[in-house]
Amino acid sequence: MSIAEIQQGTEFLAEERESQVNDFAFMVATKNGSGSQTSNSVLVRSLFHMGIPVNGKNLFPSNIKGLPTWYTIRVSSEGYIARRDTTEIAIAMNELTAAEDIADLPEGGVVILPQEWKWGRTRDDIIWYEIPVKETIRQFKIPSARREQVGNMVYVGVVAWLFEIPLDQVHRALSDQFRGKAGAVNMNFEIIEAAWEWARDNLVKQDPYRFAPMNLTEGKILITGNEAAALGAIFGGVTFASWYPITPSTSLIDALLGYRHLRKDPESEKDTVAVIQAEDEIAAIGMVVGAGWAGARALTSTSGPGISLMSEFAGLAYIAEIPVVIWDITRMGPSTGLPTRTSQGDILFTSFLGHGDSQQVVLLPRDPDECFEFGWKSFDLADTLQTPVFVLSDLDIGMNNWMSEPFEYPDRPINRGKTLDKIGLEEFFAERGEWYRYRDYDKDGIAWRTLPGTDHPRAAYFTRGTGHNDKGEYSERSDDWVENMERLRRKFETARTLVPAPEIETSPGLRIGIVSYGSNDPAVQEARDRLRADGIDTSYLRIRALPLKPEVITFIEQHDRIYVVENNFDGQMTSLIRIDMPQDNSHVKSLALGDGLPMTPRFVYENILSMEQGHNAQERTY
Amino acid sequence: MPRNARTNALGLSRNDYRGGKSTLCPGCGHDSISNQIIRIAYELGLEQHNVIKMSGIGCSSKTPAYFLGRAHAFNAIHGRMPSVVTGATTVNNELVAMGVSGDGDTGSIGLGQYKHLLRRNVPMVYIIENNGVYGLTKGQFSATADEGQFLRYYGDNDLPPIDLALEAIVSNCTFVGRSFSGDPGQVQALLKASIAHKGTAVLDIVSPCVTFNNAPDSTKSYPYGREHEIPLHDIDLLAPDFVEEREEIMIEDYEAGQIIDVPMHDGTVVRLKKTDRDYDPRQRVQAIQLLEEARMDNLLLTGLLYYEEPRMTLAESENLSDRPLTQLPDDMLRPPREALDNLMQSMM
Repeated sequence: MSIAEIQQGTEFLAEERESQVNDFAFMVATKNGSGSQTSNSVLVRSLFHMGIPVNGKNLFPSNIKGLPTWYTIRVSSEGYIARRDTTEIAIAMNELTAAEDIADLPEGGVVILPQEWKWGRTRDDIIWYEIPVKETIRQFKIPSARREQVGNMVYVGVVAWLFEIPLDQVHRALSDQFRGKAGAVNMNFEIIEAAWEWARDNLVKQDPYRFAPMNLTEGKILITGNEAAALGAIFGGVTFASWYPITPSTSLIDALLGYRHLRKDPESEKDTVAVIQAEDEIAAIGMVVGAGWAGARALTSTSGPGISLMSEFAGLAYIAEIPVVIWDITRMGPSTGLPTRTSQGDILFTSFLGHGDSQQVVLLPRDPDECFEFGWKSFDLADTLQTPVFVLSDLDIGMNNWMSEPFEYPDRPINRGKTLDKIGLEEFFAERGEWYRYRDYDKDGIAWRTLPGTDHPRAAYFTRGTGHNDKGEYSERSDDWVENMERLRRKFETARTLVPAPEIETSPGLRIGIVSYGSNDPAVQEARDRLRADGIDTSYLRIRALPLKPEVITFIEQHDRIYVVENNFDGQMTSLIRIDMPQDNSHVKSLALGDGLPMTPRFVYENILSMEQGHNAQERTY
Repeated sequence: MPRNARTNALGLSRNDYRGGKSTLCPGCGHDSISNQIIRIAYELGLEQHNVIKMSGIGCSSKTPAYFLGRAHAFNAIHGRMPSVVTGATTVNNELVAMGVSGDGDTGSIGLGQYKHLLRRNVPMVYIIENNGVYGLTKGQFSATADEGQFLRYYGDNDLPPIDLALEAIVSNCTFVGRSFSGDPGQVQALLKASIAHKGTAVLDIVSPCVTFNNAPDSTKSYPYGREHEIPLHDIDLLAPDFVEEREEIMIEDYEAGQIIDVPMHDGTVVRLKKTDRDYDPRQRVQAIQLLEEARMDNLLLTGLLYYEEPRMTLAESENLSDRPLTQLPDDMLRPPREALDNLMQSMM
């Protein structure tokens, strides 16, 4: 397998843009488990500190140690942070994939590889830099267990010299990476410096690529979506989390544990957020359902296989009306699928999760900023609607570092929804003379609930997944069943009014609309710029939640041609749109990628371009 | 002030502890257990608003509707009651959780959650109404059915039973009782003791299914239980404030070595008075040996099978705030603006 097999095609190379400063991409090929994630993060952070818009995408295998792994870093002076699927520079540190890594370079590309391989220059249309990896680390006393990891710092030093990353920025990035631990910072920095000096004394710069400081990252942060989600949950009042380890969602819980200190009980210094590792995902959501029922703000975080296991409890929480938040950091399925590759393939399954007639509320963050926002909003929404709220992030958002605006503090107080405490219940009785758990007093489908522990003789109710009437009593009567389902449908319509609205960019007279969601956003935005340069102006609507808001349907109706861009194989959002607008949907075209990698601008651009050209050709024919 | 004989310490009558009318078959062992729960809750003066009645799916899991009508209840999904209780009790440590399950719900579909609940020492009373048969689906063998047993529609059972009390002991449960629904006095005593226990208390109660598994040769039947039950001891429960009375009884009625006093976390003392055999439930190996003996000799040995000083509950080992997490004020649920600003600043 090579990165070319993983990624496909060629696109916007640097020379097309006529700029080789801050507008190119490079790829680091290493072995999984060799510690290269650290050195790659240091590079990304250094560039970020230089003020250059940057992204880093980890294309890693499902393996602890040994299998090939690639990391792509793209810089863009125009601020594009979508993944580019061709890189001008290859840092080939894995001998097993080097032949292909080198073969994949475009003409004029650059390869950096270890001297000790004695590789020979197998192409004369690229630039070669052979570097002394082993020799450099030999100068330092490094425990053998750490040798491979710090060996990766050699290429950091060489890259810093070749492409002009100031060493003080590298040092700062190292400090970030090791959270200021001086020993680790110094050990790694010594090697970087030595490699940098070696490069200065021995290499002749032959390529045109370099980094130059900018100020486009000022005031921004670099963070993964999973960290952002955890932080959002902390500010959203999470009190209970249960989970079962699964890539790529595990780092969300890791981050939650890391941020738990923000929420200590000031009196006892004890934790106010319980984090329980469950025996499987069924138990994880079971605990969360129990906690949500008892009045906690409860979340679980999982990925596809976990979502499959959670479906029975999701149905129970739906029909018993229990607020819970479920993060799905989506990876490629079905089944175990591609466990370390990204996907938007759970959206159709999740939006109906559970057997029988159930419709779930789903939030679709596009980046870490929205992971933070939905991190706290999801709890308000779940409590307000008394229903599960799913947040569908993905591996690309969740595990890769994204450039982001700093997060905004929640703009509204915590909303616990229609929950009656002892006094509330007394007032309710005084006002209405009764209280029944599932009676639709406000005609919005949302009933009033009490929590266990409420000191009132009539606070208790019976929670069940079986048929019940609006008093919560067991009932097998058809009229009770239908009445309850009608109320739940009413509640779903209320949900439609409460979920986040889509983001729309349009201007009068535009005939082509792009509809997308989630992590595709940077690719769609870049593709739109390219299309505009080719004379194709597009509107853009980014869906942020299910159920679909009326604005989505209106937008689709207002355009002659709609392209639904998504990163699954079947075009699942397209199907959901067609369910909500069964008539006049023939102008809705699906552009579904679903190859396991983050969406690329090229996929969006080329497909829309060719379909539009085809359309224009057709128009001319008739 | 003299207490009204017909009300308890809370001024509630026994009626106030009842639930809805049972829809189980007349004579079902489960209804008897529900009645014992009503009785002891009334006698103990349990505050129902702090009780949660939890269950999975099956005949036994329907019973929380039939007792303690003023307590919140959650009839969840098959075999998964343990996880739901784990979540609920972890976020509100004031709740008294009473779970009712069956041999199918616990021994088959829920065996994994059962074991992990015990491992975590989730504070609750876990009642298994064990009848060796699936009732609601009309008479299939359960995992606790007798080896070699014959049932009308499903023929012979060739598989050995799972002993859910033994499973509890080897999973580090610190309170394991076994009883027979036809022995209401013992069921009551064990229920009271289990409520006083800090941690998971398992009560594996043989509770005959009169419709599908009540033939005299079934170890889960009434005739068998009545014939073969051997209580390991008589159980008395001494409330914390009856110290003097306790001394008297000890001196007058029993010789040394015939009484084992097990102090509970809340000050209650569970007093085990010797019957026929010498048995100290505080020895794990002895408990396992006892169950092996019961298995070999087909005995229904009932009583407190195993007890040890409870280890930390889940909430304790998680170092959680002592106040219920469900009752935290909003300012403890959301850190101040500066906390976020500082964090953002540090990431720039």
